[in-house]
Amino acid sequence: MSEPIRVLLVDDEVGFLEVMSKRLGRRGVDVTPVASGTEAIQVLRSSDFEAAILDLKLEDMDGIEILHIFKKMVPDMPVIMLTGHGSEQAAREGMQSGAFDYLLKPCELEDLLDKVHKAVGR
Amino acid sequence: MSDAIYYQGLVKSMMFIIILVSFAPLVIIVLIAGYQYSIVYEEKVEAHLRELVLKHDQSVDSYLEEKVAEIQVLSEVIDIESLADQSRLKELHDALVRWHGTAFVDLGLIDGRGIQVAYSGPYNLQGVDYADEAWLREVRERNVHVSDVGLGRRGVPHFTISLRLESKGREWFLRTTLDFIAFNRLVEDIHIGETGMAYIINRQAEFQTTPRRDMTGEIPFLRELVSDSNSAIAKGRASMTIQTNPATGRETIFVTSAIKDGDWILVYQQETADAYADLNRSRDLAVVVLLLGGVAIIVMAYLMSRRMARRIERADLDKESMNEQVIEAGKLASVGELAAGIAHEINNPVAIMVEEAGWIQDLLEEGLAEGDNDREVQRALNQIRTQGGRCKEITHKLLSFARKIDPTVKHFCLNELVHEIVALSEQRAKYANVVIETSLADNIPPLEASPSEMQQVFLNLVNNAIDAMDPGGGNLDIASRLDGNQVVVAITDTGCGIPRANLSRIFDPFFTTKPVGKGTGLGLSIIYGIINKMGGTISVNSAVDQGTTFTLRLPVGEVADSAACEVGGGDAA
Repeated sequence: MSEPIRVLLVDDEVGFLEVMSKRLGRRGVDVTPVASGTEAIQVLRSSDFEAAILDLKLEDMDGIEILHIFKKMVPDMPVIMLTGHGSEQAAREGMQSGAFDYLLKPCELEDLLDKVHKAVGR
Repeated sequence: MSDAIYYQGLVKSMMFIIILVSFAPLVIIVLIAGYQYSIVYEEKVEAHLRELVLKHDQSVDSYLEEKVAEIQVLSEVIDIESLADQSRLKELHDALVRWHGTAFVDLGLIDGRGIQVAYSGPYNLQGVDYADEAWLREVRERNVHVSDVGLGRRGVPHFTISLRLESKGREWFLRTTLDFIAFNRLVEDIHIGETGMAYIINRQAEFQTTPRRDMTGEIPFLRELVSDSNSAIAKGRASMTIQTNPATGRETIFVTSAIKDGDWILVYQQETADAYADLNRSRDLAVVVLLLGGVAIIVMAYLMSRRMARRIERADLDKESMNEQVIEAGKLASVGELAAGIAHEINNPVAIMVEEAGWIQDLLEEGLAEGDNDREVQRALNQIRTQGGRCKEITHKLLSFARKIDPTVKHFCLNELVHEIVALSEQRAKYANVVIETSLADNIPPLEASPSEMQQVFLNLVNNAIDAMDPGGGNLDIASRLDGNQVVVAITDTGCGIPRANLSRIFDPFFTTKPVGKGTGLGLSIIYGIINKMGGTISVNSAVDQGTTFTLRLPVGEVADSAACEVGGGDAA
């Protein structure tokens, strides 16, 4: 097995972070879970990631806002957005702002993995 | 009923204004223009008539003067012997007729005693004695005399010019008769309109020309008109007077000019109505146009006002039903928005459940005996149950909101309702670190309202209060008491409070400070509507960071069976 892909996962549902970290971890993705936008920015300052998975609905900050900050901090890092049904507008907005792709929540793990692989190119 | 009166009043005032605005300028213009026009027109008519009379009095005078001059020339040029010679006189008369047409009817010479010694003319008047005739006396005094028109001896209307001559100490008179028809034609031709005509009268109002109609009845009036006391008419030229002609009973214009040194008077007369016929016609036309215009304006004003009032009435009705529709739409929107919000909210637990199930599959593939997979599956299942509970809570919330509001008004016990709401909200309050306390008076009589609507009111207020204290927590106090005929309920929280700027708007529909998708902005406005409908009031008191108190004042039901309520309230507690 090659080296795990380092991914930053931002979602305010702690339960979701927990189970996703475990499942992705088994599939060669090293997940750093963060539960808020501010925390995500702090983590991004000290570590570097090959990709980020970003829930557009966070309690402390607007998802699109965080996307802009990510793009400013690490322009090369691909960002995959997660969004609920009925919020495709936000997802389209994110695509225009430079997001790599988006997925509707709840999504199939295989789909997410597929996108992550495409994003990092391996 | 009062609505009908209001709209009728509206029609009346609109009609009045339309009529006033459109009629007033019309009337003013017609009056001013009509007045000016009539003055100018009357002046023009009068000037025309005066000019006409002036022209004709001159021509009559010059006609007479010319004839007199003619005879005078004869008397100076021809000696008495020749005039007294019958055949010479005839030659002279023939010459006059040749050059003047039939104007000179005859020519005669009368001696000092008044006997006509020579005569040339159509009548046999030689040797006639004129000694006692009035004209002879006149001509002796004045040398020249033009007689009035009379029938004379021949029984035909005529008038004469007589001259006094002197030769060798003897007195003679040369006399000629003028053709009345030719003279008459001078004024007879004046004929204007229906009644306009001219004639000549003498001082005694005897006609010197033939008027166009029989005027014998008017002679006394004319005599009065031209009498010396009426000096302007008697002596002036083209003087105008308007008098009622007693013979016809109509107002008549008289234009008079003295001619023949004041012996005769040329009279032009025309009935005023006839003289101003054109003016009267245009005045009548203006009146007709004004009347028709007025009728049209009134009819149009009435129709327009009625139509406008109807439109306003319809618009008012539309507005009323629109208001109802807005509330209805607001309810639907709130349900729809809430559903969207809840569907979104449900995605999170569902996503966790899906992933946990996938995790269990992962673990099962690996085998439960491996590591602490057994415990991990237990944890995952617990998580699924927890998230399932979340989903259930959310769907319950949705169902209770979407349930149609039962508008049936019943007697219900307030304290009981408060206990129910508190029980329903306890779970939520616990998560939000909120402690709910109630202090309810036990003498609250039953209220008359729709219990489901009241449930909505209190649930909304309690939810708002908990929201206001999230996440820091706090105290929620619900107190009820009886105040005269009203039940007062105060719901007090120790939450974030409402900024002063928002305080006046919180009951407005669609006003919300929550993010899009979280709140509809209709909760408080619907509460306001419900409380208002049952005759109560809702007021708010708030201080930022201190908390908020909503105070409801609800009227006590008419059939106050308080005993039943106390028992019910006791049971619920």
